[in-house]
Amino acid sequence: MNIVVCVKQVPEPTGTNQINPESLRIQRDGIDAVLDPADEFGVEAALQLAEAHPGSTVTVVSMGPANAIEALRRGALARGADVGILITDDALAGSDTLATAKVLAAAIKTVQPDLILCATESTDAYTGMVPGGIAQILNMPLLSFAKKLTVSNGKAIIQRQTAGGYQTVEAVLPVVVTVTGSINTPRYPALKGIMQAKKKPVAQFTASKLGLSADQVGEKGAKEKVVSWTPAETRQAGTIIKDDGTAVEQIVTYLASIKVI
Amino acid sequence: MNIWVFAEISGGKLDRTALELVTKARALGEVTAIVLGSSAEAQAGLLGEYGVKKILAQSDKVFEEYLAEPAAEVLGTLVEQHKPDLLLIAATYDGRDVAARLNVRLNSGIITDAAEIQFEGGKLKAVVPAFGATILVDVTLETTTTKLVLVRPKAFAAEKVAGGTPAQVEKISVAIPERAKRARIVENVVQASDGPSLEEASIVVSGGRGLKEAANFELLKQLATQLNAAAGATRAVVDAGWVPYSFQVGQTGKTVKPNVYFAFGISGAIQHTVGMKGAKYIIAINKDADAPIFKFADLGIVGDALKIIPALTEELKKRKH
Repeated sequence: MNIVVCVKQVPEPTGTNQINPESLRIQRDGIDAVLDPADEFGVEAALQLAEAHPGSTVTVVSMGPANAIEALRRGALARGADVGILITDDALAGSDTLATAKVLAAAIKTVQPDLILCATESTDAYTGMVPGGIAQILNMPLLSFAKKLTVSNGKAIIQRQTAGGYQTVEAVLPVVVTVTGSINTPRYPALKGIMQAKKKPVAQFTASKLGLSADQVGEKGAKEKVVSWTPAETRQAGTIIKDDGTAVEQIVTYLASIKVI
Repeated sequence: MNIWVFAEISGGKLDRTALELVTKARALGEVTAIVLGSSAEAQAGLLGEYGVKKILAQSDKVFEEYLAEPAAEVLGTLVEQHKPDLLLIAATYDGRDVAARLNVRLNSGIITDAAEIQFEGGKLKAVVPAFGATILVDVTLETTTTKLVLVRPKAFAAEKVAGGTPAQVEKISVAIPERAKRARIVENVVQASDGPSLEEASIVVSGGRGLKEAANFELLKQLATQLNAAAGATRAVVDAGWVPYSFQVGQTGKTVKPNVYFAFGISGAIQHTVGMKGAKYIIAINKDADAPIFKFADLGIVGDALKIIPALTEELKKRKH
């Protein structure tokens, strides 16, 4: 099976995200960057499927700055993915969800995959619009919010998270699947994998090489524009007490004071 | 302004977000609701109570049999024909799938996660909370075509109009090609919980990793029952499989705005807090005095949730008698 996993390099999620005051984009320069933790589940799902279907190839695809190659190697190739594709080009900076979907779809098309795996949304911008966009561009069905995925007899079957439980949904390959954090437990890269990852091939593309014109991508092609931003009103801390055995009493008194009991 | 709302049907009923969206849409211009599903036409009454004058309804069970594509097909065709100024879609599971496809099909661009929407001098401006709602970003779409906006559930309160009458129903029958029938829904499993729903409960009692193990979540459920509250959970708890996803509060789960929100053993990661910061009162119990949740809890108790939960349940029981 030919499997593609879309991944993204994001600012270290435990850090404090910032906005670049001039570009009004997420500050990425000079910030520690890692493979999006949400993408580890897609990588793991791909590796498990590849193990179950001998002869499979796992290709990880990413759009990002040139240094995103490190996140690709450390986060995905070191875990066992076979090949990387990085689309990197100054013209891509500031791309919105539509442009990102176009770029990733164009790169993925070169691989002719049976299955494309993505996180349901990224940890930095969490729009969740790119996987469905890729499915639309590549004319594939989207199986979204999968907490379970199996592939057999040319069909993908998922358990899809819903507000009230889950749905079982199936589609014939090729298909795009978005996975949630409960689909698996991602493996850690082994030392051997980390060494091997250094030698694995990573193809690099620019937007024009993928046949996308400069006005379709990046800041220039973005239809969604950030106008300005303000700090949100923050809630103030109230009374914080250390439990000295009166916690229950304190809570009950508080509930009475706000007329809940 | 010609404002369209995709009024989603889920489980045969109008989704609560549909009423939130039409309430907001009323303030922006003339509202048309697009309703797709077997019971589409039957929604005219309820939507009318919320001020909708006209609905475009396609009654077809295909919308319940396949994910997103049939709905995206109809909405895409209608938008291309009628060119409304704005199309609002709720950021539900289904809404997000439909919106992602429309973004590409209409080549429109999209604003996601909007918490406020207005037109300033004819120009669309939406407010999107970012970085766990620590900042508010003003965004616009610099396009001349229909603007697509995905709206956060609970961003707007649903309000009826005085003397609302059933909306006028215009039946539509947009052709749905076979190629849109691909992601087939084989079964729907509802994992119902007792008591009020998370979205409607006036008290929510949530637990995080601090509850240590799945069995302890039962203690939390007992407290919830005692308070006539809904039980909620963090992503870590649902990912660990202690309770179904339907319990999840947060960025990838539900947004709740109860009167009182209890956070037991919850550190206060951004992923969780975006879903509960709208609560009127927040009571947090956590062993770690440095837990971020204490920065905005109204009452914070540095203590052992596993001891406090059963003791509080007992105390409340006593007070009832």
